[in-house]
Amino acid sequence: MKTIDPERVSRRDFVVVIAAAGGGLLLGCRVDGRRSLPPSVESVDSAPPAFAPNAFVRIGTDGVVTVILPQAEMGQGVYTALPMLVAEELEVGLDQVKVEHAPGNDRIYANPLLGFQATGASSSVRGFYQPMRQAGAAARTMLVAAAAQSWSVDAASCRAEKGVVTHVPTGRALTYGALAGKAAKLPVPAQVTLKDPKAFTLVGTPAKRLDTAAKVNGTAQYGIDVRLPGMKIATVAASPVVGGKVAGLDENKAKAIKGVRQIVRLDDVVAVVADHMWAAKQGLAALAIQWDDGPNAKVATADVVKGLDQASQKPGVIARKEGDAPAAMGRVTRKLDAIYQAPFLAHTAMEPINCTVHVRKDGCEVWTGSQVQGRARATAAEVTGLSLEKVVVHNHMLGGGFGRRLEHDYVTQAVRIAKQVEGPVKIVWTREEDVQHDVYRPYYYDRIAAGLNARGKPVAWTHRLVGPSILARWAPPAFKDGLDGDALDGAVQLVYDIPAIQVEYVRHEEPVLHTGFWRGVGVTHNNFVIESFIDELAAVSKQDPVTFRRALLGKAPRARAVLDLAAKEAGWGKPVPPGHGRGVSLMYSGWGTYLAQVADVKLTDSGEVQVQRIVCAVDCGMIVNPDIVKAQIESGVVYGISGALWGEITLKNGRVEQSNFNNYRALRMNETPPIEVHLVRNGEAPGGIGEPGTAATAAALANAVFAATGTRIRQLPIQKALTRQ
Amino acid sequence: MELTINGKTLQVDVPADMPLLWVLRDVIGLTGTKFGCGIAACGACTVQLDGQPIRSCVTPVSAVAGKRITTIEAIGETAEGKRIQDAWVSLEVPQCGYCQSGQIMSASALLAQNPNPNDADIDLAMSGNICRCGTYGRIRAAIKQAAGAPAVAAKGA
Repeated sequence: MKTIDPERVSRRDFVVVIAAAGGGLLLGCRVDGRRSLPPSVESVDSAPPAFAPNAFVRIGTDGVVTVILPQAEMGQGVYTALPMLVAEELEVGLDQVKVEHAPGNDRIYANPLLGFQATGASSSVRGFYQPMRQAGAAARTMLVAAAAQSWSVDAASCRAEKGVVTHVPTGRALTYGALAGKAAKLPVPAQVTLKDPKAFTLVGTPAKRLDTAAKVNGTAQYGIDVRLPGMKIATVAASPVVGGKVAGLDENKAKAIKGVRQIVRLDDVVAVVADHMWAAKQGLAALAIQWDDGPNAKVATADVVKGLDQASQKPGVIARKEGDAPAAMGRVTRKLDAIYQAPFLAHTAMEPINCTVHVRKDGCEVWTGSQVQGRARATAAEVTGLSLEKVVVHNHMLGGGFGRRLEHDYVTQAVRIAKQVEGPVKIVWTREEDVQHDVYRPYYYDRIAAGLNARGKPVAWTHRLVGPSILARWAPPAFKDGLDGDALDGAVQLVYDIPAIQVEYVRHEEPVLHTGFWRGVGVTHNNFVIESFIDELAAVSKQDPVTFRRALLGKAPRARAVLDLAAKEAGWGKPVPPGHGRGVSLMYSGWGTYLAQVADVKLTDSGEVQVQRIVCAVDCGMIVNPDIVKAQIESGVVYGISGALWGEITLKNGRVEQSNFNNYRALRMNETPPIEVHLVRNGEAPGGIGEPGTAATAAALANAVFAATGTRIRQLPIQKALTRQ
Repeated sequence: MELTINGKTLQVDVPADMPLLWVLRDVIGLTGTKFGCGIAACGACTVQLDGQPIRSCVTPVSAVAGKRITTIEAIGETAEGKRIQDAWVSLEVPQCGYCQSGQIMSASALLAQNPNPNDADIDLAMSGNICRCGTYGRIRAAIKQAAGAPAVAAKGA
């Protein structure tokens, strides 16, 4: 096996955050199009290819094109969308392409928008749109040059199509497989010509996904499916309270269980290593672990809220300022104030957290599903004390990510345990462990106010949002000048034409739970707050929510267009039956995508919210695969409904009270409404699509509930807020 | 203990109370059946026992001895399973795909018992299977497509 360059991502390549300017979450400097693509690395799994012009493409003498996928496939379709970009420029059919997960390597496979290898922030197509096209175009250019050389003709007289180069005047033809060896000897061009998007034949079509067949017959390999010779299976219990330690356990009882091989006791976690999961689970229960809960032993959710409320009394760092909003607020006809709250949320991806590790004296291998493969590699190196090049991370399909697998805590934990185990060990968390040791969406607390003039038009807007900074921990250079561009995403881009706007951020950490990214990230929280509050303004102004928004969108034509389309398709303005309500939300953010959503809900006699229908209009610019875009919106909406109606993680005595799907509810088939997705087609730059559907859902539902009941939802989840009335 | 899995008989030396799920995944190596919750709340572990969908995570292996166990690896050999898989591919149902083994096992059992399920039948049969990617709309459409599809000659059925 050839070693992979261990050079870490340089500071220069790292991220630059553009928060206040509304430029989106993170913008790196690797998307300038002038930098050359990283050179190829040899596959850790297969023989050297005939032709590997860069890190993303390999072509064998058999003509098989392998696309090396830098991003993690977690359902969002990158396993198909990124190869489509390569295939388009390489002039091969998607059926000629094989996909391979890239190894963990932060330098070679860095996400251009994030500066290291990471799949998140709805950035895969945005970040790799040009690099994947360049990778395909470079390979095609070299194959054509190789053919032209073979025939001693001008390359301009040759044409590539479906994996074959043809000399047009004579009709002579050579396959890519036949040309691979010769092309490999040619210099990689510094500049390549990309196709005019108008000439695309594959990009923009609803091409079939490349991962579907394996996902309907049980052969798709997730991290949890790894099986290695001599592998043991372990399950774990980590301290139920953040900061707690193991105080005692009964090893003998556990060891008496058939199939239990070893107990690994670390200061904050215990693992039972066994022949199979059943023995490991029983062994863990038999240990009857006692915990020293530490300083967070008595923490409850109310303590967290109290801390946030206190923090919200003080001014924050100004993230956006138009005019003088506080002064303008003194001159308004009517002022509205509100406090909005969004709870901790767990991710509950269907595949419970797991990681397989084999630590040897001279190396370490990790098999898992990660959204940050390079970080998985780095943590394994750190824990084992091995150099980076001695660690190999084999990434797999992810049984859901939703932001949970942007963390590498479970890899760190697994390697710590595996260091104590002879041979490979697969560590599988129970669902209870997964729910109670998540890296949760933070609790956010917002103070928002607006002033209306005599005609009911908003003329002043202040929004102070309070919460922890995920970026300060996860990507420290991105936390700049006291601003967290993720926490503020969707708030600083407020598209409504209001002359005086002030958006402030108060960073407030409550280190009683680990917090991180959750599908829709900062926008999910901000969109709920802002789009609910805009609805409040429309209501006090006695105006229709769509008409009210529309009048403020003179400077945001893309936002207005999706609002109009969603309203039209949903039949906005048509009456709804008694007990029903219709609500709207409008989503804008740093993802470069606009989405409007109309939700119809029904309140049952027992007060339960049932979602009847969702209509979305989406403008995500250039579309690579419209069916994947639609699927992502459908998916995001369903994820958003679960979270908005019921999602809430609560603390008691420092412990998470929820544990499994029986008490952390997920939307089911019988509760899922029809979801319609209408796409706007234009030539704008590609926008993110994995998260907008989720981000727009809570406000649309809350506004529909208001329309049905007159109850304004200022604290999620919706169902609990209604019960509180 | 003797088990009949996907038409093959095999001997396993496991505790009688061990859930079928772990026998399939960790002992036999049939990893297409997934672990999701361990308490029969999500349906990811669904297999068929004499054609009935069951949650293998709470089914002790002793309860299935002598019965016909079918998993995702072989469901395509039944007429309904093949039609369901084809419809799943045709309508691009899976996203992350992790729950889909269980979804397909539940859906093919439904179709075997009810060749023309309506929405209420689908709700009843499928609401025990959680999909966090939210593929429910496509699952519903795919079941209807499979129900309406002309019968195909399935391999080995």
